[in-house]
Amino acid sequence: MKVLVAVKRVVDYNVKVRVKSDKTGVETADVKFSMNPFDEIAVEEAVRLKEKGGATEVVAVSLGVAQCQETIRTALAMGADRGIHVQTDAELQPLAVAKLLKAICDKEQPQLVIVGKQAIDDDCSQTGQMLAALAGWAQGTFASKVEINGGEMNVTREVDGGLETVSLKLPAVVTTDLRLNEPRYASLPNIMKAKKKPIDALTPEALGVDIAPRLITVKVEEPAKRQGGKKVADVAELVEKLKNEARVI
Amino acid sequence: MVSKLVSRRDIEFLLYEWMDTTELIRRARFAEHSRETFDASLDTAERIATELFAPHNRKADLNEPSFDGTRVHIIPEVKTALKAFSAAGFNASAKDHALGGMQLPTVVEQACLTYFLAANAGTTGYPFLSIANSNLLVAHGSPAQIDTFARPVIDGRFSGTMCLSEPQAGSSLGDIRTRASPDGASPWGPRYRLFGGKMWISGGDHELYDNIIHLVLARTPDAPPGSKGISLFIVPKVLINANGSPGERNDVALAGINHKMGYRGTVNTLLNFGEGRFTPEGRAGAIGYLVGDPHKGLSYMFHMMNEARIGVGLGATALAYTAYLHALEYARSRPQGRRIGARNPATPQVNIIEHPDVRRMLLAQKACAEGALALNLYCSRLVDDKTTASLPEDRARATLLLEILTPICKSWPSQWAQESISHAIQIHGGYGYTRDYPVEQFYRDNRLNPIHEGTHGIQAIDLLGRKVVMDQGAALLALHDRISDTIGRARASSLPLEDSADVLENTLNRIVSTTARLHDAGDEERKLGNATLYLEAFGHLVLAWIWLDQALTTEGKVGDFYEGKRQACHYFYRFELPGVGPRLDLLDRLDQTTLDMQDTWF
Repeated sequence: MKVLVAVKRVVDYNVKVRVKSDKTGVETADVKFSMNPFDEIAVEEAVRLKEKGGATEVVAVSLGVAQCQETIRTALAMGADRGIHVQTDAELQPLAVAKLLKAICDKEQPQLVIVGKQAIDDDCSQTGQMLAALAGWAQGTFASKVEINGGEMNVTREVDGGLETVSLKLPAVVTTDLRLNEPRYASLPNIMKAKKKPIDALTPEALGVDIAPRLITVKVEEPAKRQGGKKVADVAELVEKLKNEARVI
Repeated sequence: MVSKLVSRRDIEFLLYEWMDTTELIRRARFAEHSRETFDASLDTAERIATELFAPHNRKADLNEPSFDGTRVHIIPEVKTALKAFSAAGFNASAKDHALGGMQLPTVVEQACLTYFLAANAGTTGYPFLSIANSNLLVAHGSPAQIDTFARPVIDGRFSGTMCLSEPQAGSSLGDIRTRASPDGASPWGPRYRLFGGKMWISGGDHELYDNIIHLVLARTPDAPPGSKGISLFIVPKVLINANGSPGERNDVALAGINHKMGYRGTVNTLLNFGEGRFTPEGRAGAIGYLVGDPHKGLSYMFHMMNEARIGVGLGATALAYTAYLHALEYARSRPQGRRIGARNPATPQVNIIEHPDVRRMLLAQKACAEGALALNLYCSRLVDDKTTASLPEDRARATLLLEILTPICKSWPSQWAQESISHAIQIHGGYGYTRDYPVEQFYRDNRLNPIHEGTHGIQAIDLLGRKVVMDQGAALLALHDRISDTIGRARASSLPLEDSADVLENTLNRIVSTTARLHDAGDEERKLGNATLYLEAFGHLVLAWIWLDQALTTEGKVGDFYEGKRQACHYFYRFELPGVGPRLDLLDRLDQTTLDMQDTWF
């Protein structure tokens, strides 16, 4: 069984992002980038499936600028077998990403696609669902446990009320939640091995996908500053404030 | 800024702009590497250090290892961190492929280790010693010894120690008393039984790994007195059977734990060998296997000393660096007071980095931390060049430079990190003096560095008594060439570095003449009596050279990072280097104050 994982290059989770002065986006010059943490979980899960004998090949895909190759290289150092890089400097919105991944799925015919449930830069949480819809495949989103039995798989999902387990027919799309696994570190021996693993280079044009954005970013702003707390004298004042100021009761 | 451990931007400047580290991949040993593998190794080091080492640094300090009479207790986070360290391959990163290593250049290995040392000096102590231990065995052990005792250390299953000092013999190793009596043959060469006590043994007993391989200095019955009669032995905590399986417990007993000022995460022990607590094969005596030839133990140990001393210097540098980054963040976010001249209390307060005196302390820290890191990485590169440079004359030159720079690489960061971290505490004010902020721990942790692996005073005697005169001054000449080359390039540079070049040349000439004067002094006491001042003057000369050379690398480059480098260079020449003159004046006078002082006058 072939497993495809999508890995996105994002501003590192340790970086305190700053909004650009013209409000068109966040500052990315001289900022550290790394793999989206939810995608690391996706790579880890795919590699574990391979180690358990469930998967035969793990292919890591990244879409975007030339430096995405570094992100693919990280996935290869974690244990993925080969990479596919679809290079473009254009803005990629979730629908375009899903279409590109669909085109790659048509070529590669994986039985399973694992992606992070969302990327920590735009927090869209759409790509996995859109890909499943475009491909007409089953989907198990926000997975905290994955088990494969022959042509089916059980996915335990984190939902508002607790945990829900769904049974999917393969091929399927799984999006990973935080508690699915703890990703490994890329070890030095695996970094050396990753160097020799192939990365195929593609373009949106070659895949015949129209990636033009369907949404316009009007402006990007910092979240409103939090107001300082207030000390209340007694319960009566608290109730009064909850009623009239916060308007929550 | 992302990391408060060490600046990745600076590491990349030093590795790829200042030194041409990628050039190393043209050498056969490093042919499988590339900038990509170097960067990925640094990424993994930074992540493991940040996520698994730094978070328990304070907890390990507050909960130092304890001994209940039977077992040593260490907080569980240490083992988790060390497992990740081994699994990532850092025990073996610079070792040969044949030994399961990655043949990473030493300079990149050391850059990676900087992250761990900055994140948690105490926890990093264990693999640090293990790496030194396995390096020594690989260099001097027999193939059978390497297979059985070094390989498990390299792959992270066992740890290793260095057992040199005894309660009555520290710096003076010639006076050790531990005895080794012949005890037949073994698959690992001549077998001995060891009897004696070893003091200050870091990582001497714990359950963090499956076994501990002690490397122990001891005397055989026929040994001549003094340092020429010391042999080296492999003494495992748990004996190993010929088939590699664990055997009986060896007669190595933990006598007690030392309670230290800093570096508390590294358990430091007094070990008794052969006291009869355990009786392997039915009798008392710690079983050990001779390494190499008898009576050459000290030379084997010292073969590794260059690397160990660079390691100590790097440890000090890492602490200075992380303290600097903590102070910088604090100074940028702590509002206090107003600019000089702004009297109106209604105006908002400024962050303390706006105050010139705070910037003075930050500059002092920047000059110390970045200068020391450059020196440590330069010396690590010399370790690579010593063995892998293609031309024999380059290898010879690297060897000489390493000889003369090692005492500086160890002593300069150790001494000045202390002052630098003190500035970090000062910037934090009262908060810096509390245990709520990490800088006081950095201060305590660093205080070990001028003491271990040859004290500050011993480095001074090594430099003045041995290194500057070795091979008819060949090492000093090699360094003179390097510094003169930098001076020449500074004069030709478009940067305004002419004055600095003049000052450096003048200091270099003065050091040479002072060296000659001290060696002409006639008696050893007058020559070496003030050796520590000589070491300090020499250290500042070297750092001034390193700073000028870094500044030259910024020629034609714009941006805050390069401005910062140039300004730190100016700071060093204007604030630090002038202190060298008075020290040299005193040395030139062959001052007798300390020699003439009598014990009874105190």
